[in-house]
Amino acid sequence: MQTLGSRYLGFELRTPFVASSSPLTGTLDGLRQLEDAGVSAVVLPSLFEEELVRDALALHEVLEEGSESFAEARTYLPEPAHYASALDKLLELVAAAKDALAIPVMASLNGTSRGGWTSIARAIETAGADALELNLYRVAADPSHHAAELEQRSLELIAAVRAEVAIPLSVKLSPFFTALADFACCAVKVGAEGLVLFNRFYQPDFDLETLEIVPTLTLSEPEELRLPLRWIALLSGRVKASLAASTGIHSARDALKALLAGADATMMASALLKRGPELLREMEQQMMRWLEEHEYQSVEQLKGSASQRASPDPEAFERAQYLRTLRSYAKG
Amino acid sequence: MKVYPESAGARAPAGFLTKPFRSRELQGHAVTIQVAPDDCTGCGVCVEVCPARSKEEVKHKALDMAPAQARRQHERANFEFFLQIPELDRTLLEDSTVKAAQTREPLFEFSGACAGCGETPYLKLLSQLFGDRLLVANATGCSSIFGGNLPTTPWGTDAEGRGPAWANSLFEDNAEFGLGFRVALERQQEEARRLLLALAERLGDTLVRQILAERGQGEAAIAAQRARIRRLRSALAQIPGPEARRLESLAEDLVRKSVWIVGGDGWAYDIGSAGLDHVLASGRNVNVLVLDTQVYSNTGGQASKATPRAAVAKFAASGKAVGRKDLGLLASAYGHVYVAQVALGANDAHTLKALREADAWAGPSLVIAYSTCIAHGFDMSQSMAHQRDVVRSGFWPLWRYHPGSDPHQHPFQLDSREASISLHEFFASETRFAMLERSDPARAARLAALAQADASERWRHYSALAGIERSVPSAETPAMGSEPGSGQNPVPED
Repeated sequence: MQTLGSRYLGFELRTPFVASSSPLTGTLDGLRQLEDAGVSAVVLPSLFEEELVRDALALHEVLEEGSESFAEARTYLPEPAHYASALDKLLELVAAAKDALAIPVMASLNGTSRGGWTSIARAIETAGADALELNLYRVAADPSHHAAELEQRSLELIAAVRAEVAIPLSVKLSPFFTALADFACCAVKVGAEGLVLFNRFYQPDFDLETLEIVPTLTLSEPEELRLPLRWIALLSGRVKASLAASTGIHSARDALKALLAGADATMMASALLKRGPELLREMEQQMMRWLEEHEYQSVEQLKGSASQRASPDPEAFERAQYLRTLRSYAKG
Repeated sequence: MKVYPESAGARAPAGFLTKPFRSRELQGHAVTIQVAPDDCTGCGVCVEVCPARSKEEVKHKALDMAPAQARRQHERANFEFFLQIPELDRTLLEDSTVKAAQTREPLFEFSGACAGCGETPYLKLLSQLFGDRLLVANATGCSSIFGGNLPTTPWGTDAEGRGPAWANSLFEDNAEFGLGFRVALERQQEEARRLLLALAERLGDTLVRQILAERGQGEAAIAAQRARIRRLRSALAQIPGPEARRLESLAEDLVRKSVWIVGGDGWAYDIGSAGLDHVLASGRNVNVLVLDTQVYSNTGGQASKATPRAAVAKFAASGKAVGRKDLGLLASAYGHVYVAQVALGANDAHTLKALREADAWAGPSLVIAYSTCIAHGFDMSQSMAHQRDVVRSGFWPLWRYHPGSDPHQHPFQLDSREASISLHEFFASETRFAMLERSDPARAARLAALAQADASERWRHYSALAGIERSVPSAETPAMGSEPGSGQNPVPED
């Protein structure tokens, strides 16, 4: 009998399937459905830096609005006896999820500045989270900011959060680094015990009628797996950290590819949103069947067996492959 | 905004902005939108709502918000010049389009309402459409406060000193108060007609017959009647005796008037509701405009029966548990009441059409107007643009109930489309809904689900109503006003 167990961030997961941040992990009902369907760990929806700042101002602004406008009334909305901030809501969800679930519950923070993250990380740990994922989402748009400075700031943020909490810490990265391998190693050096590859950037679009910028949210497609696949294959065995593949895993075959490259966990959101948590049962059976048919004993045996270091064709992951691919298209 | 012959702008101060007025009916005219530098509240609504943008830099819109101090002197000179440009002759363009209606002089301006108030644009439009023929009975509430913050009033007069008549009685009796306007007007018109007939020999049969026969609705017909009244006055000046003097004092009432009973939802749905029902049931030719902010705005946002389910308001701090009263449907049940539900920011042409149809309908009319308010908790510079989402979410369907005598007509017309965004999306944009999610998430989710069900069910119900034939049998048509232009068997415009 093949075993699907995988070790990620120090947790012994029953399978490599982890539900990453999505609306499904934002409610207790959704979390229960995921656990029932066999997910091995969950990442709760991210708490955004901007949300915390906005929260602090929004209610105050609204309750004050119009207080000077009209002689007959000084307020226009009742003052709530209890007002839960985005952090309060997350802490409540962490605690409730820990009560309800047996699998590891990971919280996620999304931001780029040090600000109040450190105390928030501690609050999340106190609420019971088993691990913390730090999501470094940055659009480096200011031409006066040097790459090295920005990277240094990110590393300081990782180190600061690391110093505050004892629970495992993973860092979710974007692929937009000049020297990703170097940054990954540095992140591990300052305290990241896991790397999640990659964050998806939602690109803005234009509305041709209003000429306004409209945000677009499109779910991932399986083709998008190739980027994390390459980088996991390159980093596997080179960084002393757990690796999680995120973006583009929609089937057992996608997950198997990620494991072959060296992933310890395969994270999903889009596929679960599209097809529901039931997809997990199907994927588990298919993965089991594939291992059996290909005479693998376990996921642990499979993990990283086709990473760049283990591959008979290491060039395939680097620049040589680029030339080969272009030429093969011309011939075709 | 003014539209004027290009020659009228010849002596404009340097920097006075103008552009050609594009119109097939009106050639050789220019248009100017001029800010009143000492009265603008800086709400930003005009900047947000104007769709025109620079071709070179999209963020640069046709209207710019800029610090007032630096522009004030310059704009004062512009505004002075703007004020002395004569108003456009009302008969040159029929006001059936928004563009044409906006060429009319507003006789409601510079109120003391909150910046971005959603009520005032409806009153401005009423004043543009009906001008000095407008009579307003105003219920107590925001509109009576900003409408009559004495010794000043935003209700203005034209160059001849004529303007709408406006009065505020109490909160609870406004519908009856407005009905009194109509009854008094009819009595005066009846007396004027009696006197006309009594003096017909001396006034000239043709003139008297023409005055009595007037039934027209448009500006041209009104201008023609006004010209006849001028002739009547000249003739009366030559006639001695008390009857001629009395007719002189009543002559202006022979021009068609538009009586509007105006108030908020606190008045129409709650405190004045019995009176409103009584007035609608009377069948008299009055128009009711409900400025529906869904709370008692003036006193600080207390819940009314217009407050929707799931909204937080004072007296409903944990979110209103029941749905709002459908005042429009209740009124339409009579069969003889013209009813419209409008939202100016979502569809200005629809609002214009509804106000004109209400005025033209010779029986009672009720127009329920979605009015944004600071008690809703959103950026009021979006006051008009925000209303698009109000309608797109199915929260506020646009519709009209147009009674008529044709047995095969469908009086209920659904004028907006089925929801294209979720109610949740709209709720998230207003604090009155969103704050409950923070204070009591479980209750917020329960009420939001019920509110969504309300909206879906309402759409299903309205869609079914749109397929129903119904007429007002002529014999049962209530006694309509007897003034010129209001026949016994009303046939509305369009």
